[in-house]
Amino acid sequence: MQNKYLLEMINISKQFPGVKALDKVTLRVRPGTVHALVGENGAGKSTLMKCLFGIYHPDEGEIYLDGRKVKFLNARQALDNGVSMVHQELNLVRQRNIMDNIWLGRYPQSGLFIDEKRMYEETKKIFDELDIDLDPREKVSKLSVSQMQMIEIAKAVSYNSKIIVMDEPTSSLTEKEVAHLFKIIKALKQKGVGIIYISHKMDEILEISDDVTVMRDGKWIDTKPASELDIDTIIKMMVGRDLTHRFPEKDNKIGDVILRVSNLTAKRQPSIKDVSFELRRGEILGVAGLVGSKRTDIVEALFGLREIEKGDIEVNGKSIKISNPRDAIKNGFALVTEERRSTGIFGMLDIKFNSTIANINSYCKFGVVDDKRCQKDTQWVIDSMRVKTPSQKTAIGTLSGGNQQKVIIGRWLLTEPDILMLDEPTRGIDVGAKYEIYQLIIDLAKKGKAIIMISSEMPELLGVTDRIMVMSNGYLAGIVETKKTNQEEIMRLAAKYL
Amino acid sequence: MINTKNIKETLMNNAIYVVLVALLVIIVIMSPDFLSIVNFRNILTQASTRIIIALGVAGLLITQGTDLSAGRQVGLAAVVSASLLQAPNYAYRMYPNLKQLNIFIPILLVMIICGIFGMLNGIVISKLHVTPFIATLGMMIIVYGVNSIYFDRPPYGAQPIGGLDPKFMKFAQGSFNIGGFIIPYLVIYAAIVTLIMWFIWNKTKLGKNMYAIGGNPEAAAVSGVNVAKNLIILYTIAGILYGFAGSLEAARVGTATNNTGNMYELDAIAACVVGGVSFSGGIGTISGVVIGVIIFQVINYGLAFIGVSVYLQYIIKGLIIISAVAIDTRKYIKKK
Repeated sequence: MQNKYLLEMINISKQFPGVKALDKVTLRVRPGTVHALVGENGAGKSTLMKCLFGIYHPDEGEIYLDGRKVKFLNARQALDNGVSMVHQELNLVRQRNIMDNIWLGRYPQSGLFIDEKRMYEETKKIFDELDIDLDPREKVSKLSVSQMQMIEIAKAVSYNSKIIVMDEPTSSLTEKEVAHLFKIIKALKQKGVGIIYISHKMDEILEISDDVTVMRDGKWIDTKPASELDIDTIIKMMVGRDLTHRFPEKDNKIGDVILRVSNLTAKRQPSIKDVSFELRRGEILGVAGLVGSKRTDIVEALFGLREIEKGDIEVNGKSIKISNPRDAIKNGFALVTEERRSTGIFGMLDIKFNSTIANINSYCKFGVVDDKRCQKDTQWVIDSMRVKTPSQKTAIGTLSGGNQQKVIIGRWLLTEPDILMLDEPTRGIDVGAKYEIYQLIIDLAKKGKAIIMISSEMPELLGVTDRIMVMSNGYLAGIVETKKTNQEEIMRLAAKYL
Repeated sequence: MINTKNIKETLMNNAIYVVLVALLVIIVIMSPDFLSIVNFRNILTQASTRIIIALGVAGLLITQGTDLSAGRQVGLAAVVSASLLQAPNYAYRMYPNLKQLNIFIPILLVMIICGIFGMLNGIVISKLHVTPFIATLGMMIIVYGVNSIYFDRPPYGAQPIGGLDPKFMKFAQGSFNIGGFIIPYLVIYAAIVTLIMWFIWNKTKLGKNMYAIGGNPEAAAVSGVNVAKNLIILYTIAGILYGFAGSLEAARVGTATNNTGNMYELDAIAACVVGGVSFSGGIGTISGVVIGVIIFQVINYGLAFIGVSVYLQYIIKGLIIISAVAIDTRKYIKKK
């Protein structure tokens, strides 16, 4: 007899020193369905998954796989039993080719040698099944993020996984790639695989999932069929309060032109070509585009991180030259980068260090740093950005993503920039904290700062910005008034030069 | 219950010190008269030049760099300073007609020479993007070659440079006697250098930038830190310290050859690592480095004191280095 549920996690609890991370959480996944797991960061989604994979051992509760009680001691055991995970941070060996990665740790052998031919054929078979058009012999480092993710999924399939956990699979995918991912997910459903889908993106969840389980503060809140839910209901369950406005009210006033960019072209192509735009004080200019549209290259070029071939940058009517971040900072630019972990934070170092490093020159007399003023400014960052931290001496790496982001934004505000560039400012941040970041951005615009905000989340661009410039394949496809546009128009522009 | 857990954690976090204290206890049990003021003064004196070298290397380790040329630069500084500071009445002078110089002129000169070699290291690493290991490996060989050419020259060829100016020897071997309590000059020099370096690391922009570059080089560049400039300055400072240590080494021993300072960089790196400087950059303190060097010297001296064979000493030292890093790494893995 077929079990009704493929996976059952019943009354799982996990206590950490000082916090109850999970409190009797139950999750039941039916075969051939997508089960979305939603909750704010810190709600316990990852902890629950770590209990499933044996990375943490739950204090109480039971796990049944196909009606059989299981208790995995490590991720490897879980994998061998058909439970696998596609990580948010991709775990691939970039220097090796695709099939090496898929069969890593269990290469098919003939005698002493690795059976390359069989490896190739088996990989190809899985790719055909999932409609992935890639050469198994391609080096992983040449692939895009979405292609790497597909490799991870193919890897999970190659283990004959019955349960596949996907942690924020679409966080760096374009709409087109998301569509492909969903096609793959549907193929997996056909095979009877149960998918646990962790995401912050509500519209996607409603589109793809069959059931939705909401968690909050380590507790199970509810499990419902997706067909009975809408975005507002889910958010309400997640945050435990009515969040009628997902975006703060906009009351910024737009002033004079502060930045004028003409025919900006980057040296190393493919990159931006002939990009021209204007930015005004108090304005929030969004940048939209698909992955690969070179949105980030614009701010990199303006910040001296990318060499410029030709083009003119005028700040306050004066033409300037920017060849490194120091020039950019001197001219009033600030950049909050997309990859918070790799180019933003100094994870091992404390909040004081992280807050003051970009502005260190202004605390110095003859190269000696005035610690009192550093402390004062750090306190300003903590207070005005509402950073939740025990002290200035706390290592930034121990804070949540939202709080880290607030420190980074604070870091740049200390340099008193006129032009603040934010690249994906709310990536990996939960709904509540996102609202706070939006509020911060709008408040800054109100104070006369000019803001460039890159985002791949359309609702966010439509909710926060004044104008949106749409990039397509390195070209500027158009600049639209946020009030007068819609998602369809932006998507059309984004595809203009493809 | 909680108490035992806390104790266990404290022991774990300081396991390297526990091991070393245990080793020290064994040494003391085997030879109780190890615990004497004379012995500890000797240990501190021997540790002094090594502290100066280690402080140079430590700053580079924190930037995710390293310096294999440190020992050979010490050797170059020792040979050059000794050759210029031989007593006028000594028979085998490298420069028979050289006037007696003020001792500070050659010392400053070798500090400048090594500073230039350090700067070259910094330029090769930051401008040509050669990994620090390879860049300084090359520099190590070059400096040895330069030193050997200088050393092996007429009139007397490759002879150890001896007969040093007594004033120069006193500069390193002398001591203050305060009410019967003897403080060697070397210890004072090491203390002064330690203070200066502490100030640089903790109170200056250069220090902040050093930690930033080591903690996350890309984030440092984005934050407006001039990574290349700061690296070049740090490598130059390291060179200057080797130069100073080299002249002290010559004066302390009373002679110098082109092999003076050989492998000192490895001792220095090992001491830094034992003192908690992370090889992957971004982490390290002055006090850790100083303690690391002293611990190493205590073990060195102690093992010799109780008559452990030199060969066995190497094995024990090697084990200490490996276990220090293994334990340290464990600490960080656990934190995740």
